[in-house]
Amino acid sequence: MRNILEVRHLCAGFPTLKGEAVAVNDVSLTVPEGKIVGLVGESGCGKSMTARAVMGLIRYPGRVISGSILLDGRELVGMPKKEKRALRGSEMSMIFQEPMTSLNPVMKVGRQVEEAIRIHEKVTAEEAARRSVEILTKVGVPEAKKRCLCYPHQLSGGLRQRVMIAMAMILGPRLLIADEPTTALDVTVEAQILQLMRTLSSGGTGILLISHDLGVIAQLCDHVYVMYAGRIVESADVNELFDRPLHPYTRGLLNSVRSLRGGGDVLDTIPGAVPNLTRMPAGCGFSPRCPERCDECVMDVPGLVDMGNGHLVRCRPAEGEEAK
Amino acid sequence: MIKKRAFPEKEKVFRPGDEQLPEPDGFRTVLRRLAGENKLAVVSAAVILLFVLAAVLAPVLTPYTEKDMDLRHRLSPPSPEHLFGTDEGGRDILTRMLFGSRVSLLIGVVPSLVSMLLGAALGIVSGYAGGKTDAVIMRLADLMLAFPSMLLAMVIMYTLGGGLMNIFLTLSLVNWAGVARVVRSETLRIIKTEYVEAARITGVAGIRIMLCHVLPNCIPTMLVLFTLNIPASILTESSLSFLGLGIQPPDASWGLMVNTGRQFLYSAPWLSLIPSAAIMAIVLAFNFLGDGLADVLDPYRKNQ
Amino acid sequence: MLNHVLRRFFQAFLVLILVALLIFLMLRVVPGNPIATMMGEHANAAAIERMTSELGLDQPIPVQFFRYILNALRGDFGTSYSMGKPVDRLIRTAFPNTLILALCAALFAWVVGIVCGTISAVRKNSVLDRLFMGFSLLGVSVPVFMAAMILQYVFAYHLHWLDISGVKSWKSFILPAVALGWNSAGSISRLVRSTLLEILQADYIDTARAKGRGQAGVLIFHAMRNAMLPVVTMMALQLSSLLSGAVITESIFAVNGIGRLAVQAIEGRDIPLLQGTALFSTALVILGNLTADLLYGVLDPRIRKEVVR
Repeated sequence: MRNILEVRHLCAGFPTLKGEAVAVNDVSLTVPEGKIVGLVGESGCGKSMTARAVMGLIRYPGRVISGSILLDGRELVGMPKKEKRALRGSEMSMIFQEPMTSLNPVMKVGRQVEEAIRIHEKVTAEEAARRSVEILTKVGVPEAKKRCLCYPHQLSGGLRQRVMIAMAMILGPRLLIADEPTTALDVTVEAQILQLMRTLSSGGTGILLISHDLGVIAQLCDHVYVMYAGRIVESADVNELFDRPLHPYTRGLLNSVRSLRGGGDVLDTIPGAVPNLTRMPAGCGFSPRCPERCDECVMDVPGLVDMGNGHLVRCRPAEGEEAK
Repeated sequence: MIKKRAFPEKEKVFRPGDEQLPEPDGFRTVLRRLAGENKLAVVSAAVILLFVLAAVLAPVLTPYTEKDMDLRHRLSPPSPEHLFGTDEGGRDILTRMLFGSRVSLLIGVVPSLVSMLLGAALGIVSGYAGGKTDAVIMRLADLMLAFPSMLLAMVIMYTLGGGLMNIFLTLSLVNWAGVARVVRSETLRIIKTEYVEAARITGVAGIRIMLCHVLPNCIPTMLVLFTLNIPASILTESSLSFLGLGIQPPDASWGLMVNTGRQFLYSAPWLSLIPSAAIMAIVLAFNFLGDGLADVLDPYRKNQ
Repeated sequence: MLNHVLRRFFQAFLVLILVALLIFLMLRVVPGNPIATMMGEHANAAAIERMTSELGLDQPIPVQFFRYILNALRGDFGTSYSMGKPVDRLIRTAFPNTLILALCAALFAWVVGIVCGTISAVRKNSVLDRLFMGFSLLGVSVPVFMAAMILQYVFAYHLHWLDISGVKSWKSFILPAVALGWNSAGSISRLVRSTLLEILQADYIDTARAKGRGQAGVLIFHAMRNAMLPVVTMMALQLSSLLSGAVITESIFAVNGIGRLAVQAIEGRDIPLLQGTALFSTALVILGNLTADLLYGVLDPRIRKEVVR
């Protein structure tokens, strides 16, 4: 199977008064053709920054520090702006978290959907309009022709997110990055949107799904990366991960979800909070909150170790336990 | 009295992308910040202080008087005896400028203060009371804002005649409506917050809510508007005096000096250019200070 | 939509009537008999009385006011005391000059303001940004008369490029228009800059960039249209200060416009003329605000009330 996206040892950050804050630290991940890959983590762990790095949309003054991003074999890091622009919207596209604010309030929906065609292809206005109605219908917008003449504020949240997806899909990109696509939506609408994404991936699009919601991930993804404080801490196929979570952080996340779904009386939480980016602990980023911390953990950052079944984990106690 | 919101007293953690919750600032923090990051505002404050000192110490600083003519030395260019030269009546321009700065500063501060207090009171009442009171006050404000300020001032000055008190009155009338509008929208925002809601539910009287909750929260806005109204007032006065409708000779005002100097623009340009420059300097200083204050006082400003 | 427009029109009309009343009352409380002032110290009492009743000034104030409004609605603003001509005719001859002056000034202010503001926002903290923002502060702080005098001194007196004063050709409008627009250019460019900076942070800008729009495309197709909303409001407010400034510029450059007429009215203690010019200018401002209001509705679809099902 071909890999649509290959991120290798990506580091990205932004300058602060106390020096450069590295928000994405040595992240490697792949998205194969027709698969949905999940990227999980708490807010602020670097998920969105990773996505923006791929799209080349990191906000000033943030930047990619090092590493490589291959889209279908083409290196994106250091690619001239103009070439990269030609890829955005046609080869790769992105859905943002907030359908309420991610659409231009003073532009009709139809024009926003067909905008990508107009940027990347030379077609007539009628052709562009016809194709935008077509894609809107495909993503399940009823009476698409009429909606094209609406302004975003006249549509419901679910419809707007569909419009966002239509906008991202109109040129049939190879890679779709969805940054928390359902966070702002109702549960019923969420299910519809997720179904839509599944259909898309079966058409061959590789999807990188960013979420903090393990429920969404479990339903949708083929492979999952867990991110904590800028690093990938665990990576496994979805069933493997949910059956055999190895990293204490992943286990903490799963426990808190399970206790929410009626496992017991006490809500399981992970004590403490994500460390400040400019004041990272010397060793494992999770060590201050980790129940299984040992002396080595605070000395240096452990490497990602293969535990079989393509299950990678970045944790010394977990390695030791498995060895027993 | 500044309301503190209830924070969990845990260690605060900053994560990228987190909105830092705004905390109201103490007076000292504001000053420190102003000094720390907006050098221009500090320089401006110093310039303003200099003008104030000059205005207060005018009689001490100059050997001449502002009104006595000396017809032997008419229109003399700047020289060691007359640093800025003399005018058509042989009066020392520096002296007249010093005395004129009293007028300009008073005209900047007094009407701005009056219009700020009046506008804030009406704005808070309007925003808090709503309904008919709101409609009446706001239509009145619309009315004042519909006049081109210069023409309104001209009509009032025509009716009342020139002179300092009448200028105070005119400028206060011209400026209150703008303040009232801004303070009203600020009030509307504040009375929607939980703590005002809570106060209302527990039965705190309206007047008390306005004084203890709304007013303190409006003060930063009022302060900024006050600072920015000062240069506007100075400009309007100088324009009125320029047209001969403001301060009447032989009193000195910068606008009036520009006007009388205008006849000699080509032969003795310093006559009008020096007072013009002074007006510009003080207006610029107040604008910088106002902008700086607005930046520093905005609780929602970006922490960067 | 139509309802909204009609209601706005009605409100504007109401404000206009109130403005007329206010001006009327203010000018009635002038101490002394205006007719006596006009006719000079040597006129006899009988002549003054005859003139007063001829002009209807012996009637009670409400009657005077209603008569004035009714006449004004027919376009009759009375007769100027000092010039002996109907006020409406004086205004009609003066208005084109003011209109051209104000339009040129507004054009200057908009073009300079929008161009400088946009460049400043896009190249934030660059040398150009600092330069433009410095200039804009000068623009806000330089009194109109100072700008006018400096322009007159440099370009007319010193360089002889343009006329010192009076209206001879279209060129005569250049200096007054620049002097008048100078202030607005400053405030508009500052507003454009701050609005654009805010908008460029918006989520939909990211969306547009994710579609492959370049810097220029994002700016033209997405940012500018949104940035125009507050700018339009600002421009309407500027109209009021443009008319205020016109009083000064017209006096300095001897342009026979409404503002100069108002000054002449005051010098001649000419109540009908002052009343007419003040009312006319205010009507212009109200009209400008109304236009901006309606234009805002066109620019911002969220304001429009229509519901699409």
